[in-house]
Formats: sequence, structure tokens, C-alpha cells
Amino acid sequence: MDNLLSITTFIPALAALILALFLRGSDAAAQRNAKWVAMFATTATFLVSLFILFEFDASNPGFQFVEQADWLLGLQYKMGVDGISVLFVMLTTFMMPLVIAASWNVTDRVKEYMIAFLLLETLMLGVFMALDLVLFYLFFEAGLIPMFLIIGIWGGANRIYASFKFFLYTFLGSVLMLVAMVAMFSDAGSTDIAVLLNHEFDAGTFSILGIQIVGGMQTLMFLAFFASFAVKMPMWPVHTWLPDAHVQAPTAGSVVLAAILLKMGGYGFLRFSLPMFPVGSEVLAPLVLWMSAIAIVYTSLVALVQQDMKKLIAYSSVAHMGFVTMGIFAANQQGLDGAIFQMISHGFISGALFMCVGVIYDRMHTREIDAYGGLVNRMPAYALVFLFFTMANVGLPGTSGFVGEFLTLMGVFQVNTWVAAVATTGVILSAAYALWLYRRVVLGDLIKESLKSITDMTRREKLIFAPLVAMTLLLGIYPALVLDIIGPSVSALVNNYDTATTAAAAALQVVGN
Amino acid sequence: MELTILFAPLVGAILCGFGWRAFGETAAMSIATGLLFLSALLSWVAFLTFDGTTEQIQILRFIESGSLSTDWSIRMDRLTAIMLIVITTVSSLVHLYSFGYMDKDPQWKDDESYKPRFFAYLSFFTFAMLMLVTSDNLVQMFFGWEGVGVASYLLIGFYYRKPSANAAAIKAFVVNRVGDFGFALGIFALFLLTDSIRFDDIFAAAPGLAETQLSFLWGEWNAANVIAILLFIGAMGKSAQLFLHTWLPDAMEGPTPVSALIHAATMVTAGVFLICRMSPIMEFAPEATMFITFIGATTAFFAATVGLVQTDIKRVIAYSTCSQLGYMFVAAGVGMYSAAMFHLFTHAFFKAMLFLGAGSVIHAMHHEQDMTNYGGLRKKIPYTFAAMLIGTLAITGVGIPLTYIGFSGFLSKDAIIESAFAGGSAYGFWMLVAAAAMTSFYSWRLMFMTFFGEARGNKHTHDHAHESPMVMLIPLGVLALGSIFAGMLWYNSFFGHTDQVGKFYGIPVAEAGAEDHAEGAEEGNAALVTEDQGAEGEHHYAFAGQPGEGALYMAPDNHVLDDAHDAPVWVKVSPFVAMLIGLLGALWFYIWNPTLPGRLAESQRPIYLFLKNKWYFDELYNVVFVQPAKWIGRQLWKKGDGKIIDGTLNGVAMGIVPFLTRLAGRAQSGYIFTYAFAMVIGIAVLITWMTLGGAN
Repeated sequence: MDNLLSITTFIPALAALILALFLRGSDAAAQRNAKWVAMFATTATFLVSLFILFEFDASNPGFQFVEQADWLLGLQYKMGVDGISVLFVMLTTFMMPLVIAASWNVTDRVKEYMIAFLLLETLMLGVFMALDLVLFYLFFEAGLIPMFLIIGIWGGANRIYASFKFFLYTFLGSVLMLVAMVAMFSDAGSTDIAVLLNHEFDAGTFSILGIQIVGGMQTLMFLAFFASFAVKMPMWPVHTWLPDAHVQAPTAGSVVLAAILLKMGGYGFLRFSLPMFPVGSEVLAPLVLWMSAIAIVYTSLVALVQQDMKKLIAYSSVAHMGFVTMGIFAANQQGLDGAIFQMISHGFISGALFMCVGVIYDRMHTREIDAYGGLVNRMPAYALVFLFFTMANVGLPGTSGFVGEFLTLMGVFQVNTWVAAVATTGVILSAAYALWLYRRVVLGDLIKESLKSITDMTRREKLIFAPLVAMTLLLGIYPALVLDIIGPSVSALVNNYDTATTAAAAALQVVGN
Repeated sequence: MELTILFAPLVGAILCGFGWRAFGETAAMSIATGLLFLSALLSWVAFLTFDGTTEQIQILRFIESGSLSTDWSIRMDRLTAIMLIVITTVSSLVHLYSFGYMDKDPQWKDDESYKPRFFAYLSFFTFAMLMLVTSDNLVQMFFGWEGVGVASYLLIGFYYRKPSANAAAIKAFVVNRVGDFGFALGIFALFLLTDSIRFDDIFAAAPGLAETQLSFLWGEWNAANVIAILLFIGAMGKSAQLFLHTWLPDAMEGPTPVSALIHAATMVTAGVFLICRMSPIMEFAPEATMFITFIGATTAFFAATVGLVQTDIKRVIAYSTCSQLGYMFVAAGVGMYSAAMFHLFTHAFFKAMLFLGAGSVIHAMHHEQDMTNYGGLRKKIPYTFAAMLIGTLAITGVGIPLTYIGFSGFLSKDAIIESAFAGGSAYGFWMLVAAAAMTSFYSWRLMFMTFFGEARGNKHTHDHAHESPMVMLIPLGVLALGSIFAGMLWYNSFFGHTDQVGKFYGIPVAEAGAEDHAEGAEEGNAALVTEDQGAEGEHHYAFAGQPGEGALYMAPDNHVLDDAHDAPVWVKVSPFVAMLIGLLGALWFYIWNPTLPGRLAESQRPIYLFLKNKWYFDELYNVVFVQPAKWIGRQLWKKGDGKIIDGTLNGVAMGIVPFLTRLAGRAQSGYIFTYAFAMVIGIAVLITWMTLGGAN
């Protein structure tokens, strides 16, 4: 199959089109059809994407399944995956059927809801596969729209504020990225990412208005991209849109946001910042490392005092993304492997945690921690699942949460022991906030009158969690499943990075002499 | 065989935890228990047939990233073998005991099924603990390390309706994580310097670490010392040493069998095991080992002082555990890892028995734990009394001075005290002797308050006090055998002559006079020298292995073992004297003059309260760590996120937001897709413009 990637990407969009054109009415039958079409399409996408995984040659660090075609206005349509991106594709296709299943109780504008999620899947897959700058930008920015709508229409009481905050933060960041892309094109004469990866952007130091800019153009372009990716991650201190967005988003929206959308920033760093602007990255890496370490401690402390379950988990997400950026900018094999692993793993774990919140939100319609307590008495299965993901979230060895944290910390320790030590305190704090949340919600005696008749998870809910539990355990016990695939590409990236930064350092020496 | 030992408990945990609905409660519990007895049996076979050569079994690949390569694998050497029998023996007995103890637990309603869950947790704990001790690399060890932490969390919080149990569970986990912080950094530092986290590679690189400088945080340090201290911080958390000890007394919220298994015999000794396992590094880290000795000795003393005044029977034993762990660290700190392991081994028997005995008392007294409500129980529960008596004789170190005849604690504790003296740690020596006196005092105090004197407290409870069933008494009997004989049987292996110890651990030994011998040979009177050596007998051998050869590493210049054997007589009898002082003190306070304790507590109120409140560590930590963390969290949230970040960024966007909100209002009312479409077009136009413009 030559067009495997395109097929995978556009199955959901096609399904969305079918829904938009042919599904009429909003009665129960139509709603059910909308759900089943979405379920069928996302499952099909996942099954097709399995071919990508099985056919993928892990020993080849280059792009595979490359498709190339011309389209509008001389622009290029180019798709491909390598060891870095292929697992993000898999994560997306894996999560989406679960997301749809988790939305089974939606009753408001079901058709539009499903269309939004299906389009979102296409756009997200496009981001991870695009090998052309313009195409990437298109997917990257357009992905905002369905998410914006999901929060704005199906969200909570304060959804308008949240959706605009979300939109403004992420959109303003990308304006700068756009400028950098223009600059890249004019310098390299191509928008082909494969070409750009081999292009050496000027890293000569120059000064503007008396300010010396070490790393020159690379540093500037790095900063421009950074503005966009840092917001997407989100990194401290531009993280405040995330808790608001999560709180207001419907469960499925939160799951997609945490599990997949947040990974776009990290993916951007891996695809653009590090390989294309190695010198710029090197110059700013200390800053990013410190921002990451601060993020971990800061957001963990904030998570400690949250009253709203979703906010707590959202802050915890920011802390976990801190490990990712830290690993990426440690720029060594362990750091990068760990960062990618952490992103994949966080996809499962945070997705599951938001679903855990969704389970009880569906029953009680509140996310206030104080409204719960003693759920274990009536919901033993739920207590077990929630405990499992709580433990995974605190990075318990044997779950996938451990591997990423461990590798990123190990990577960064080789670069900066201070950052490593500060970040490692996050391991203590995460245990504190996560277990405390669990205690307040699940443990204790069941006293509250409102909870006396709460029911345990349904079969549908159990089925949603089963694959997530399986993946979290599987990757925690046998991480080679992921590390074997990403290893060669990461290794190539590290080599290029080292070569480029060493050369730049040598050049500086020559200039200095 | 090793695989069966390792995975039988895991299988048991899974079958029992998830399968009990299918094959019934009793069957599920029996399966878990049966598998553990199998594991224990095989462990004894493995221990007794072990020939001293290290063996490795690879199971599955684990984390591989660049030069980092780890496997799930088993390292079978003497240290592992010792831990295997300790863990599986105590665990299987505790499983058996729990059949009786956990039956009809008043914490639960009649129709609630809690026992399979309990057994599953116990078995899971055993599996994690076995993973910890069989590991051949630090990551797998960390897996076991955290795994036992989770099991401990689950079991401490087993009575999940009790707020105090839940709080204690979280405390245990979080305080342990503070230790893990150090442990993890130690692993990272080792990887940075040796490019591996497998024990073999680390041990081989250990001599080099002593010569290496590591820039860590604010300074340049000797690598071996930094790593040793970081790893020890991990050990402090797990083994409840001073400053990270606060979780252990609270952990008594868990059911008593848990305290016996996890918080006495096995998990808390993991820190000692870690230090012994890393002996090749410790031997090259003199400053770090001094620190270990200091903390160990101080903990032994501190915990013993607190134990003097506690009235909850389990807390007394908990502080006693904390104190005894301090002994083990002193031994490891002065370089006598073997003595540390010896005490770990014997302590497992008598401390597990004391806890199970206490459990039997509690069981008899309808879950009353306060000793002030006990008294005169020896006739009501004679077997339990006998078991507790043996345990007390063992922990206080009763034996015939200057011989090798005595209860197990006599031999192992004396070994440590002699080692501390021989290792040149006067502080360690005196602290331990003082702690020995207090150990004797509080142990006998426990005995006297529980089993002697008048019955106090609820009369009804006393009238109905009953001896425990056989399933609870049999484990006590087995452990009693261990408490009596374990020391005498294995004394030579753990603390005998250098060649015996070397043989036990698979450490190569050489004749101490080898160098003189060579010199002598040059001078042409080799025969004479050999005769001299032969005549001397005792000082015949010295350790001669390279780091990584054998299960422990003791440097050739480590003479503590020989020196301990040659310690002056007053040193050797001092623990015995201390024991007598403690015993007499307890007799005086609780038998001959029972009103004295109360009067003393009145007249020395500040000291009493200071001890009673455990030196105010909990209060201090609450003020210094817990409250500030919450306060900072709130400040960062409200002020940092709310005012500064959102304030600034929203301020910038303030002009646009109202406008956009109006727009959104319209979008709400049906224009939504028009709007989305407009955005896509907008982006497309923007990009087209950019591309065309850029091309020019």
C-alpha cells in the first residue's frame, strides 16, 4: 500500500464528511448512528495504522512510507514517519476509539460532536506525519479549531473563557512560528522537512541593537518555534491555559487534550528545534532545563492544593511534561528516549486518569474533591483502576510511567546535576498529591448521603480501561517495545546534534583565536 | 528453581486477588499460602546447596537506551540466598498465621470479603521483595524497592475506612520517596561514571570511583563517597533511620501480620541489604561509611529511648525494630557487612516472632493494643507467653558470655558491638551498649506489663482472653526455633574466622602472611615462616578478593573481623552487662515497685513528654515541610498562576477578549461552522501568501 499514511489520516475525515452529508435528524436513532459511524471509523483507522507499525523498519532511522504529491499553488503534499513520529501516530489511533467509547453518553448535538472528534483525529495524525512545512503548519493550527469547538460547545459553565484562553495562548504562539517558517523557506529554498533537516542554518553570532545573539539565526528561529511549542506543551510559565481548558472540556476533550494534543509541542521540539537548530538549542538548553525543573516543582506544589480533580490532574500533566522538555534538552540518548517514552506513556496514563474523573463525573456531576470520599465501599473495581493509574502517574516501576521519568532524569543528570536534583524532588511531590487525591476521593468511610447509591463501573467503562491498563503494564515491564523503535532515529538525532554543536563550538574557538 | 521461588508468590497474588470469586475465599487463600510454602522450601534448598559461586539468570530485556542496558534477571549469590530464606520463611509463616488472625476481623462487616485481598497483598509484597533481593542491577532493584513500598502502602492502609490508617499509608509512601530521591540520584551518578547500572560492572569500576571526582550540585566530591551517601539516603528511608524514621511507628496501623512481615523482618531490612550489596563501593567510601555508622548508632539510641515510654504494644516493638536496624547499619558502617547480615538474619526470626506474639496477645484481648490494659496474661495465654519470652530472651541478647552459646540475638548483637569497637567507632560502640541496656529494659517492660502483675483495664476483655488457634501458634513455634538456634548454627559462617566467612560468601581469602612468606623465602628460611604461621592459627587468613568476587567485598586491609575477635574481655561482656542492667531496671520498675514509673513520669515531666512524643519529630516536620509546602502551593496557584501569569498575559489580551467573547456568543447561536470555516480559509490564505511571498 503506497498511500498507507494518507489512508490512515483521512479515514476519520471521510467518516466526518459522511456524517455531515448524510446523517439527518437528531433523534435517538440518528445519535446512535453517529456514534457507531465514529466508532467504526476510529477503529478502522487503528487497524489500518497497525500495518504501519508492523511494516515499520525499526533499524532504519530515516523516513518511511513517504508519499509525495503536488497540490495547490505549487505547494507540496508530503507525508512520512520515522522512529520519532510513528509511535505518536499509533498513540493517536489507539486512543481515539477509546475516546469515542468514553463519549457514549453524550446527548447534545451528537453528530457535530462526532464530526469534531473525527476531524480532530485527522488533523492530529497529519501533524505527526507531515513532512512539509506548510502542511505541518496547516495541520498544527487547524487542529486548534475542533478542540476549540469541543470545549466551547460541549464544555462546562465557564467554557467560553476557557476556550478563548486556550485559543489565544496557542494561536499567539504560532504567529511567531509562522514568521520563522518564512525565514526558513527563504534561507533553504524548500519547505520539505527532509531537506530542511539537512540544511545548515546560519549559526554565526551577530548583534541587533547592541545585543549580541549567540547562535545567530538559529537562536532566533529556535525562539520563534519555542514560543509555539512551549505553549502547546505547555511549559511553565505559559501553562495556565491548560487547567482551565481541562476543567471546562468534556471528558473526551480532556482525554484527547492530555493524551495527544499536548504531545504536539514535544514532537515539534524533536522534529524542528533540536535537529534543525542544534546550535540555537544548545545556547538555550540551560534555560529550558531550568524552566522544566521549575515547572515540575511549581506545578506539583500547586497540584497539592487543588480542590478540583481535573485541575489537579491537569497540573500533574504540566509537571510530567516538564520531564519531557527536560529530557529533550538534555539532548542525549537517555534523555530523548525518555522524553518520547514519557509522552507515549503519559498519553495512556493521563488519558485514563481523566476518564477516571469522567466516570464519577457522569454519576455525580461534580469534580469537587470534597464532594467525594469512600467510593471504594461501593465501587471496588473503580477503586482498583484508579489506584493503578494513580500509581502509574507517580512513576511506579513496572508501569510505563517509571521508564520515562527514570530515563529523562538519568539523561539530564549527565548534563546538569542541579536540574536533575530539583526535578527529582518532583517524584516526592507527585506521590504526595496523587495519593492524597486518591485518599480523599476513594478511601475512607462512605458517609455522604449523595454517594450512597453510586454504582460501580459499567461493562463499557471497564472495556475502555482494559486496553489502557494493558498498555501501561506492558510498556512498564517490557519497554523495549517502544525503545527499539525510537532508538535508531533518536541515536541519529543525537549524533547530528553532537556533530553540529561540536562544529559550532570549534568555529567559535577559531573566531576567538 | 530460582524462577519458581521468584514467581510463585506473584502467581499466588494474582490467583488469590482476582480468582477468589471463582474458587472461593478459603481456596484462594490456601493457594497463595501453598505457593509461598513451596517458595520457602525451594529457598532453603537453594540456601543449603549453594556453593558460593555467583550465578546469573536472564529473564527478559528491560530498559535499553544507548549505552544503558538492563535486564530483568536474577543474581544468585550468598547475599541473595540469605535474603531468600528470610523472606520466604517469614512470609509463608505469616500467611499461615493470617488464617487465624484475620478471621472475623471486627473492622469489617460480616458480608464483606477482605481476606483474599489481604493475602493477595501479602503475596504481592513477597514477590516485590524477592525481586529486590534477586536483582542483578540497580533498576530492577529499584522496581522491587518501590514495589514493596506500594505493598506496604496498601497493607498499612488495609483498613481503608480508618482515617489514621490512610494517613499512615500515605506518610509511609511519601517518606520513602524522600529516600528514593537519594537512591535515584545515586543510580544516575553511578551510570554517569561507570556507564552501567549492572552490579558486575559497577563493582569492577568501584576502585576507580575512589579516585574519581564528581561535580555534583555545588561542589566537586569524591565519587565513591557521594554515591555511597546517596544510596544510603535511600536505605535510610526504607530502613526507617533517623530523620526518615517517622513513618515506621505510624505503619503499625496495618494489621499485625503485616507489621511482622514488612515492618520487622523483611522490607525495612532492605536498606541494610542495599548497603551490603554495594559493599564494593562502601569499602572505597570512608567518609560515607562514617556517616552511616553515625546515623545507625544515633538511630539505635534514639529509637530505644522512645521505646522506653510507649504504651502501645506494637509501637514498642516498632521502635525496637528501628533501633535494631540502627545496629545493622553500624555493623555495615564499620565494614563488617557480614555481621550486619547476621543480625538481619537473626532479627528476622525473633522480631517477626515478637510481632506475631504481640498479634496473638492482641487477638486474645479483642484488639486491645494498649499495654496499660494488659497484665497477668501469662496464665491465660501460656503458649503465646512462652513464645514472647523466647523472643525477649533473643532480642535482649541472653547467652553465656565469652562462649558461643546463647539465643540468636546474643550472638549477632554481640558481633555488632564487638565490630563497632574493633572498627574504631567509640561513638558507635557506646551508643550501642547504651541502646542494648534500653532494649533490655523496654523488652522486659513489655513482658512484665503484659504477662505479669494484676489484670488491668476492661474486666470483660480479660475474662474472655483466650489462647490463639493452632494456625497462629505453629508459626510462633517455628520462629521460636529460629530465635533460639539461628545464631548458634550459623555463627561461624557469618562471624567465624576469616576463612570460614570467606567460604560462606565466596570471597577469596589468602594467607595473611603471604607477603612475609615471600620475603622469607627470599631470605632462605621459608620453612620457618610457614611453621610460625601454622602455629599462630587464628590470624591465618585475610580477604583477598577483587570487588565483585563473592557476595560481599571486604578490602584486604579490612581487619575488623579479626580485631573484633581479639577485642578485650570487657568489650565482649559489656552487652551482657547492659542487658542485665536493663533487666534489673525493668524488674525494679514493673515488678518490685510498680508505682515508680508513674511517679517518675510526674517528676520528670518534660523528659517524659519529650520521649513520649518521639522527640517531636512529627510536629517538627509538619511545621517545617508539610504546612509550608501547602502554603507555597497556594501562593503559587493564586498569586503565581492567577495574578502574575494570567494577570500579565490576559492583560495583554484584554483588548481582544471582550470582542472575541461577543464573537463566541454569536458562534454559539449557530454560526459555529461558518466561523470554523473562516478560520481554515484564513490560515490557508495566510500560508499561501507566505509561500508565494517567500518564493519571491
